[in-house]
Amino acid sequence: MSPLDVERIKADFPILNTKSRGNRLVFLDSAASSQKPLAVLDAMDHAYRHHYANVHRGVYEIAERATAEFEKARAKVAKFIGASEARELIFVRNATEAINLVAYSWARANLHAGDAVVISHMEHHANVVPWQMLAAERGIELRWIPMNADFTLDLTRLDILLDGAKLLSVTAMSNVLGTINPLAPLIAAARAHDAFVLIDACQYIPHVATNVRDWGADFVAFSAHKMCGPSGIGALWAKAEILEAMPPFLGGGEMIRDVRLEGFTTNDIPWKFEAGTPAIVEAIGFGAAVDYLDSLGMDAIRDHEMRLTRYALDALHDEFADRLTVYGPRDVSIRGGAISFLFDGIHAHDISQVLDEDGVCVRAGHHCAKPLMRQLGVPATSRASFYMYNDEIDVDCLVAALIKAEKFFAI
Amino acid sequence: MAGLEDLYREIILDHYRSPRNRGELAVPPAHKTEGFNPLCGDEVAVYLDVDSVSGLVVDIKISGQGCSISQASTSMMSDAVKGKSVEEARLLIRAFKALMSIHESKLEGESDGTDLAADLEGVRLGDLEALQGVVKFPVRIKCATLAWNTLQQGLDEIGAELPN
Repeated sequence: MSPLDVERIKADFPILNTKSRGNRLVFLDSAASSQKPLAVLDAMDHAYRHHYANVHRGVYEIAERATAEFEKARAKVAKFIGASEARELIFVRNATEAINLVAYSWARANLHAGDAVVISHMEHHANVVPWQMLAAERGIELRWIPMNADFTLDLTRLDILLDGAKLLSVTAMSNVLGTINPLAPLIAAARAHDAFVLIDACQYIPHVATNVRDWGADFVAFSAHKMCGPSGIGALWAKAEILEAMPPFLGGGEMIRDVRLEGFTTNDIPWKFEAGTPAIVEAIGFGAAVDYLDSLGMDAIRDHEMRLTRYALDALHDEFADRLTVYGPRDVSIRGGAISFLFDGIHAHDISQVLDEDGVCVRAGHHCAKPLMRQLGVPATSRASFYMYNDEIDVDCLVAALIKAEKFFAI
Repeated sequence: MAGLEDLYREIILDHYRSPRNRGELAVPPAHKTEGFNPLCGDEVAVYLDVDSVSGLVVDIKISGQGCSISQASTSMMSDAVKGKSVEEARLLIRAFKALMSIHESKLEGESDGTDLAADLEGVRLGDLEALQGVVKFPVRIKCATLAWNTLQQGLDEIGAELPN
């Protein structure tokens, strides 16, 4: 495995060669959404210019071509995550919709009053609210895996929490803390209690080589836009036999086999879950994105991000010592490249504003994880997050801008 | 280009560092209203003590947490409405929103038939005008208006409770 040539990678992303407020753009918000390489932009542009038509309908040449490209993209994304069959991959709008699909279709068919769903304190709202809605509607009990002081999940009471549970739904990597959760023991414990398992892999799949079959989960949700693909498309992977047994989610065109006055029958998977015209060109862009990631190599990307994260954690500590708190593990082998931090006495929003003046883009806020923020006892944090196109210079720019911000708000 | 000094004026930083009217009031007789900014997680609680006879905001206290803009705006708001009548407070809310370029329930170019300028004539914003720079940073307008929207909601709730 050869190290990434970040300078060449930066050249692949047109937006990284633009300026922000007169400065070089230092994009450190890939955990919110990543930038797009030319390969993805070109694939989508080419599709619109040369073979755009609706899919699974027309018999003319460009419609056949559009359908073929759309389904080829599905196969690429399925292969990228180690799925055994393309039909196990449902295109949805994003990971949020993927989780909602499971909550509306699978859970409403299989969970009953008194059943428990187990989630964790570090979930994104997308993996909290659908279950709260279900709990309110169906009398489902929602149980929470707590967190240790070192920002890892506290698994000591896991067996008690899973007792009588029908579903374990957890994130593979926290979007706030960067923590990579230990999926093997989590999934094994769920299996021992005959609970199904949903993994929110939205933050994980873009950064770490993934094989969903090795995980042994039942459902995996992720979004294209965090992995160099376009916004507006994501995927739900699930085992074929589970998908086949599930009732459909949205009703409409494409998801039916036949419709009569007295009712309808459903299409085969995956189309059974893809009512209406799908995000055709976005799917093609999604396929181009996983091709791009494959061309760099996921292991090389992970290796690069681990080194960069260590460099950043050290740089923040060396410069600001205890004046700056990092919310997340120190050990880069159990964390991704999202670093949440807070200066003593300075609000995250104000820090981001000063950073923006230097073209440094970081996220500020609760990161759609308010239960976790309450646990941490803070209303908001700043978050810098990395991808394969970031390098040490970006981290140095962040530190320099933070020095300026700290001075600005000094009392 | 709008610079940081347009946003973070000295008086704003002063209110941020030494917020006025911090604390809580006993409920009842005071009325508590909470406001949230879903963007950044800021939370504010406004405690209002409105005299039902005189219609004056006798006392106001603020708790909660937020960025410098929301904290400063909250602090300045509490100073501005304390001792004023509910009617004057409502005018201040409208004037402040106008300062933030917020003209409610109107699309660009439309008019709701009332003459905002005439209504607001004579309303003195004073120090609050320091917050005008926020308009150049659209994302931060919600930070500045959080306390004002919460105040408005509180006054509405108190008005609904009072006998006509």
